[in-house]
Amino acid sequence: MIAYILRRLVQAILILLGVSIVTYALLYMLPADPARQIAGRSATAETVANIREQLGLNLPFYEQYLRYLGNLLTGDFGRSYLQKTEVGELIAARLPATLLLMAGAIFCELLFGLTAGAIGAIKRNTPLDRGLMVASFVGVSAPQFVVGILMLYLFAVVLGWFPIGGYGTFAHLVLPSVSMGFLGAGWYSRMMRSSMLDVLRQDYVRTARAKGLGRARVFFVHAFPNALLPIIAMIGIDIGMFMSGIVVVESVFGWPGIGQLAWQAIQRVDIPIIMGVTLVSACAIVLGNLLADLVAPFIDPRIKLR
Amino acid sequence: MTEQGSKAVEKILEVRDLVTQVATPSGPKTVVDGLSFDLCRGETLCIAGESGSGKSMTSLSIMGLLPEPMARVASGEIRLNGTDLLTLSERAMRDIRGNKIAMIFQEPMTSLNPVLTIGRQLGEAISTHNPMPGSRVRARALEVLKQVRISEPEKRLSQYPHELSGGMRQRVMIAMALACNPDVLIADEPTTALDVTIQAQILGLMRDLQRETGTAIILITHDMGVVAEMADRVIVMNQGKVVESGTVTDVFEKPGDPYTRGLLAAVPRLGAMTGTEGPASSDGKALERGLAKPLVSVRDLTVRFDIRGGLLQRVQKRVHAVEQVSFDIFAGETLSIVGESGCGKSTTGRALMNLIPWQGEVVIDGREIDANSRIQTREVRRNIQMIFQDPYASLDPRMTVGELVAEPLVIHGLASGSELDDRVEYLFRRVGLPADAAKRHPHEFSGGQRQRICIARALSLSPKVIIADESVSALDVSVQAQVLDLLGELQAESGLSYLFISHDMAVVEQISHRVAVMYMGQIVEIGPRQAVFENPQHPYTKKLMAAVPIPDPRKRRQDFSLITGEVPSPVHGLDYQPELADLQQIAAHHFVAKSAMETAA
Repeated sequence: MIAYILRRLVQAILILLGVSIVTYALLYMLPADPARQIAGRSATAETVANIREQLGLNLPFYEQYLRYLGNLLTGDFGRSYLQKTEVGELIAARLPATLLLMAGAIFCELLFGLTAGAIGAIKRNTPLDRGLMVASFVGVSAPQFVVGILMLYLFAVVLGWFPIGGYGTFAHLVLPSVSMGFLGAGWYSRMMRSSMLDVLRQDYVRTARAKGLGRARVFFVHAFPNALLPIIAMIGIDIGMFMSGIVVVESVFGWPGIGQLAWQAIQRVDIPIIMGVTLVSACAIVLGNLLADLVAPFIDPRIKLR
Repeated sequence: MTEQGSKAVEKILEVRDLVTQVATPSGPKTVVDGLSFDLCRGETLCIAGESGSGKSMTSLSIMGLLPEPMARVASGEIRLNGTDLLTLSERAMRDIRGNKIAMIFQEPMTSLNPVLTIGRQLGEAISTHNPMPGSRVRARALEVLKQVRISEPEKRLSQYPHELSGGMRQRVMIAMALACNPDVLIADEPTTALDVTIQAQILGLMRDLQRETGTAIILITHDMGVVAEMADRVIVMNQGKVVESGTVTDVFEKPGDPYTRGLLAAVPRLGAMTGTEGPASSDGKALERGLAKPLVSVRDLTVRFDIRGGLLQRVQKRVHAVEQVSFDIFAGETLSIVGESGCGKSTTGRALMNLIPWQGEVVIDGREIDANSRIQTREVRRNIQMIFQDPYASLDPRMTVGELVAEPLVIHGLASGSELDDRVEYLFRRVGLPADAAKRHPHEFSGGQRQRICIARALSLSPKVIIADESVSALDVSVQAQVLDLLGELQAESGLSYLFISHDMAVVEQISHRVAVMYMGQIVEIGPRQAVFENPQHPYTKKLMAAVPIPDPRKRRQDFSLITGEVPSPVHGLDYQPELADLQQIAAHHFVAKSAMETAA
């Protein structure tokens, strides 16, 4: 177990290293010039060259990257070009909001997705099942900014049940979480339905019924934990998908998380922030997957981590 | 139908005119058609039949577990102690299931929930019908586990199904079924998925428990050996209808219906070849060995699989699948490898095909084979072809069967164009399929026909040796007999050699020239078929033969106590040195392991 976690952490470091090289290279190749962005339109060529010199942007790629990596190893994410603050502080200030939104979104998608999928499997080929699956399909296909804006309009503007945007109370959390969870719920309901249908066909479910167990017990004790197994691995992968969704949803709802930070940074070619957010997202994906793999043996005793 | 013998006639279960239907796209199809029988306390009724006979549908109808809404009981009565079960609500039926009528299933590997402990699953069967405090549930669970004579019952309660062997899982299933002392126990193919020695143990256990508890048993099986071993009365079903019913001796000795007679005739019987030398197909002539050079010569074949683990994924343990096995196969002969699951027989076949890495020395048709050479692998496979166990899974469903049979010829560049078509047509005729079958897809054929297609595919390269790995095990006996006949004909016509890998002693006796018995990755006895079957020397060979149920109710075993134990694990640490079987010649071509004798006994 400990050997397994250590090995996975070593792998994680290699993955993060790879992510940092690729992202840094992409930003380096970008035609936009950060120095020009910082200096502003009216700055002279001399000022721009000065800024470039200061930031080390005129160094060759590998030197720039190694310098960045060296700082990173001491825990220094660098300074934002435009906000003139430490990137580490900026991210740390905004990370709690994002984590809260993610938790809310995961809760929503599991609640809606698993319930809809399980009901679909039990009532398969009924109008209820078909209705739920059509809804799931809509969930999977609808772009998140459309869902977000529609929800905002309906529940905040027209009905006035929830605040239009911002951060702070539970009411603020509801609409962003549901908008973000809507996409995942569609995926999970379709996965849960097929996983559950598969489990309900298994011999051990027949055995459970042959013992004379009631339907609820057969379902919750025998079928549900088995149907959940493929879903757990999915949740780990899902955290990666969240990161792309968060940029959109945080912008729509004015949620002060790292998605919004990233969005602003991308517009202004603020390389240290983009790098920082990318690395934090990559960390989340790697840790999410590791967590999913660590949880799996508790549900399925056949899985041995080695 | 009257009950014979001295038992008190107390009818527990009466089935009258049961009709069960399954919905198909072309309307309802009747799978059980007018079935009637009575079951008395303490008796064993066997329902025998081949696949599609409706025997499993009968058991699910009685349990009320038909896969709804696809299947339903259309009419009839099922009376348990006078109450018609078909009129009961689902709620009332739940009190019957597991309590009055319990069931054990074919697949012990999949019939237990993988994520719950044995204690939990067993306790649930008890507490559902008799609510009681946890400590008493545990005590009762322990009691039934002891009743089914499982080793270390206390330990089993906290284990998960995957930590138990197939035989132990089936014992747990039986314990679960008996937990509430049911009136009727339905056992649907309870031993089909088990090795023959484990089968004997489970059959013996069921018979003992019946004597102790007086439970009436409905035993559903395709195996006429099991029927003869266990039944008081027999019902033979074919396509949903009862074709024969009566006491077990009557059915076996005076079968009235032509279907029953055919079924009994097709059953391979251990001992049927006593006194003859060669297999049934070669006119009883044994091959002249010793003069000719062997076609395939295997020396010290060893296959081990690494198990990795730890921080650096180093090899921590090894599976010793095959350990220094040596044998020859001569032209035109059938060498059979018999043994139980995990003994290494299939691994040996796969190593010969170069499908897995191996060590040792293999000479095929005078050429030494390099285990690592890919180019050579292709030549090897031209000479050796394989037929697998599952004819459903070993044909690509998206190709036509003509393409499947032609594929080896195309890969090896041996034929193209009209020559290829002619060759495929010839192969289809040769295995007894119409030539126009080539344009159809695998799902349009029955299991037996598919196995013929697999044989045609194996024959396409005109190999010298065909490895048949449990190739008839999945087939019904009548179909099995036809496929065995075909293999025999092909051998007689063209002098093919077979390496026939099987767990079925009766089939092996019928078709082999020579037999090798494998145990724990080694050959413990090898010799001419007659010598091995009529004069078995190694204790494991004797145990295997004793475990086979004989399809004759008059040769019923009284005592199963000789057959005990299970095969130990082949996983060992890195420094493990296997104790090698020391084969010693005891008669012409008949070799027996001396050193391993004590361990197997």
